[in-house]
Amino acid sequence: MNLTLFIPELVLVGFALLVVLLDLVVKQKSWLALVSLAGLVIAGGFTVAMWGGNYPGLFSNMLAVDNFALFFKLIFVGVAFLVILASTDYVDKLARFQGEYYALVLLSALGMMLMAATANLIAIYLALELTSISLYALVGFLKDSKSTEASLKYLLLGAVASAVLLYGMAMVFGFTGTTQLGEIAQVIQGMSAGALMNSPGLLLGVVLIIAGFGFKIAAVPFQMWVPDVYEGAPTPITAYLSVASKAAGFAVILRVFFSAFGTPAWLSLNWGLIFAVLAVISMIVGNVVAIPQSNIKRMLGYSSIAQAGYLMVGLATLGFSPAADILGQSGVLFFLASYALTNLGAFIAIIAISRKIDSDQIDDYTGMGRRAPLLALALTFCLISLIGMPPAAGFMAKFYIFSAAVQNQLLWLVIIAVLNSVISAYYYLRVVKVMWFGEPASEEKVPSSGSLRLALVICCAGVLILGVVPGLVMRLAQLAANIFVF
Amino acid sequence: MDFNYLTAILVLPVLGAVIIAFISSRHDKAIKWTAAVFTFIPFALAVVVFILFDRSPAAAGVFQFEEKILWIAPLNAYYHLGVDGLSMPLVLLTAFLGFLAVLVSWKIHQRPREYFAWLLLLETSIIGVFASLDLLLFFIMWEIEVIPMYFLISIWGSGRRDYSAIKYVVYTLFGSAFMLAGILSLYFTAGSLSMVEITNQGLGMVQSVMPVAAIFWLLLIGFAVKLPVFPLHTWLPDAHTDAPTAVSVMLAGALIKMGGYGMIRLCVSFFPDVARQFAHLLVVLAVIGVVYGAAVTLRQTDIKRLIAYSSISHMGYVLLGIFALGQVSLTGAALQMFSHGVVTGLLFAMAGLVIHNIEVREIDKLGGLVRQVPVIAVVFSVAGLASLGLPTTSGFAAEFLIFVGSFASNAFAGIQVYTLVAIIGVVLTAGYILWMLQRVFYGPVKEEYNGVKDADTLEKFYMFALVAVIMLVGIYPAVLTDVIKLGVSPVVALLGG
Repeated sequence: MNLTLFIPELVLVGFALLVVLLDLVVKQKSWLALVSLAGLVIAGGFTVAMWGGNYPGLFSNMLAVDNFALFFKLIFVGVAFLVILASTDYVDKLARFQGEYYALVLLSALGMMLMAATANLIAIYLALELTSISLYALVGFLKDSKSTEASLKYLLLGAVASAVLLYGMAMVFGFTGTTQLGEIAQVIQGMSAGALMNSPGLLLGVVLIIAGFGFKIAAVPFQMWVPDVYEGAPTPITAYLSVASKAAGFAVILRVFFSAFGTPAWLSLNWGLIFAVLAVISMIVGNVVAIPQSNIKRMLGYSSIAQAGYLMVGLATLGFSPAADILGQSGVLFFLASYALTNLGAFIAIIAISRKIDSDQIDDYTGMGRRAPLLALALTFCLISLIGMPPAAGFMAKFYIFSAAVQNQLLWLVIIAVLNSVISAYYYLRVVKVMWFGEPASEEKVPSSGSLRLALVICCAGVLILGVVPGLVMRLAQLAANIFVF
Repeated sequence: MDFNYLTAILVLPVLGAVIIAFISSRHDKAIKWTAAVFTFIPFALAVVVFILFDRSPAAAGVFQFEEKILWIAPLNAYYHLGVDGLSMPLVLLTAFLGFLAVLVSWKIHQRPREYFAWLLLLETSIIGVFASLDLLLFFIMWEIEVIPMYFLISIWGSGRRDYSAIKYVVYTLFGSAFMLAGILSLYFTAGSLSMVEITNQGLGMVQSVMPVAAIFWLLLIGFAVKLPVFPLHTWLPDAHTDAPTAVSVMLAGALIKMGGYGMIRLCVSFFPDVARQFAHLLVVLAVIGVVYGAAVTLRQTDIKRLIAYSSISHMGYVLLGIFALGQVSLTGAALQMFSHGVVTGLLFAMAGLVIHNIEVREIDKLGGLVRQVPVIAVVFSVAGLASLGLPTTSGFAAEFLIFVGSFASNAFAGIQVYTLVAIIGVVLTAGYILWMLQRVFYGPVKEEYNGVKDADTLEKFYMFALVAVIMLVGIYPAVLTDVIKLGVSPVVALLGG
């Protein structure tokens, strides 16, 4: 076995431990952030270097090193990098445990990288738990009542979801006799259509797996945790949850459903339909409930539910498309990349603003266009991208994912999705409105640190580039849609 | 290498917007001069393009000044610009109004930096809609316009500006949501995003996503909201009334023409058979728009709102001209779009001047102003006469062509009846325009308006520029129809007429 293919993950483990140890001896805590960033850059560098290769599976085919996994690993490394950049101010509030904070971010990134690569049900579960446990701790990091409540809620509901997922996996294992995704696919293909329809246990297993992952990606009706956790968690962690954790969920879903349940068409059409229905209710619930929210973090929480709905249009496409078609998958990948930049950008602006005004109420953002013109401009741009309007990345992402759906006869779903975008404009623009049209409560400027500004510039530049010249990233997403089946 | 005229016309305003964003708000004059320069040059270039435009019969259906660069390879989308007889007058119109809008805004002192940046971005997006030959580029330009409009109405507007702005946004996005679905279906049905290819080679039917009639309607809803077509028109009076003057000029003058242009360029050219099939229904809507719009206009008491409602009626003529589906009627519709652009642009500019100088917008409270502000009164009257279609003004030429064209049309049996009903609209228009002019400018002089300011030099400049264009097109319409017919004749050929 060749461990060189595992270097990015090993680097992250090493740096996570290093950060914890350094915390004991280093007085100047900002070094910890720097070390964590260095670890992420190194891990990212190795990941890029591996792009495009045709590698064997790792650990008895438990992990696949394909472009699909590498694409997601880059997203996770990049998101963790930006989150740490945006955390440096925020973490100053914490007197202790700064080292643990960074280490946990690195470890959860590691878990997500594994999630993107796993080709085995057991390994999926382990990677998922590594990610989740790190995140439970991070959500509760503020230790005030809201943060603790959020953490507890996340832990309890997460545990239920994990149990459901595990139950589903056990069912699938029971009926197919294997946990390896590729072998599951072979067993299912070997069954006649009648036998498949007469295996309610297996089908129940598939449904339970959808439910378990539905929690991770915050699809309705598994979204109950979202608003409270998003509101209570430290804002950088909220950003991290809304982006990376969601992307990891989609990575696993894409791989599992493509590798194990992709054929026969009868099966894929049915789970495609389930995702289509989940997409519709997620979009509607997310967008409608976001309208009355007065807390911007809660609003973005519901908005992220709606965004998961748009992404599930891509999953439904995957179910409806012939096996050779990669447009649906690359649509999801491109959407995730642009959503990651957009949502992070929005949250980073919020971190900077709320640090000064010490509030997450939308009304308190009044006149922010005058107090912090650049932050307000960046936030406005990111919100426009979330609506899905050009020239921002959000538009191209929707265009791409919806075009895949239309090609696969899902025009009805696309019409529901675009009408939902119209609803969403209402609440996103409300924030824009108070920022630019109202009179500020005070004329005091809002300061922001250099690292935060750097993170914000990276996000906004990315959103603009993906919105105006998306060709290169679309091409990468198409190459990354190449999933190895073991 | 050839000079890329269209890219220059398209990019200069937005470049100006970026430069303005870096000028401090304190330098009011610098901002305005920058805006003026970066809208004047595109206008001058548009005039050059118009002069260089090949008017020979061989140029029918050919896109001139074409630029084509591969833009997004995975989607096979191109940065593809070009103008033909249909889009050329509209590009010219937008560049002209864009420049005048900056002059009209010369007295804006509230947050000038943002104001002019948004105004210039608005111009780029409208020109982009008329000049794009790639469906994705077309749609992006179509969408970009919403955000500047939202800011311009809600910050610099008056009255219920918040409500009007969000109403505008929701209506527009609602329309473009359907349009996006339509464009996506079209993309896979035709297997291409190139408007030129789809027009010339037909739909191709690479893949049947849905019935072509449904695609026609998805697109049409988007355009109908913008034009606007009864019953999707209710955003228009609010947006026009509450928008700042220059934005009303752009909105009524150039922006709503995107709807009519889109109908001819996409709906009729791509789906000639479907267009013929539904011509009857759309002509009915057009006639309702004409008569209803005119009737409602009669009842208006707010000077800007009155002009806004008159647009609904006038856009009804455009719809009638388009779906009468004949050479003459389509030419009339295209000419009416240009003519309405300058005429209503002038009307809004004059109404803005009255409201700014006299600070009253209710028609009942005004009166006898011809003594106090003779220049405004005369020019306003000229604009009004052009609006009601007096011969020697552009409005006459356009409406005459539409009525003659639709009366002679063979789109469906009985269109003559609808044409006659639509002509009632002309009578009503004469009624509301003359009545309004009489109530505002004539009648007994009111003492309280003694000493109000008349138009200053700058204002005289832009109003005479618009009057000159109105008269030029009215007296010698061939200056435009020679160009327009090159764009219309291939459409008519597709229709089989």
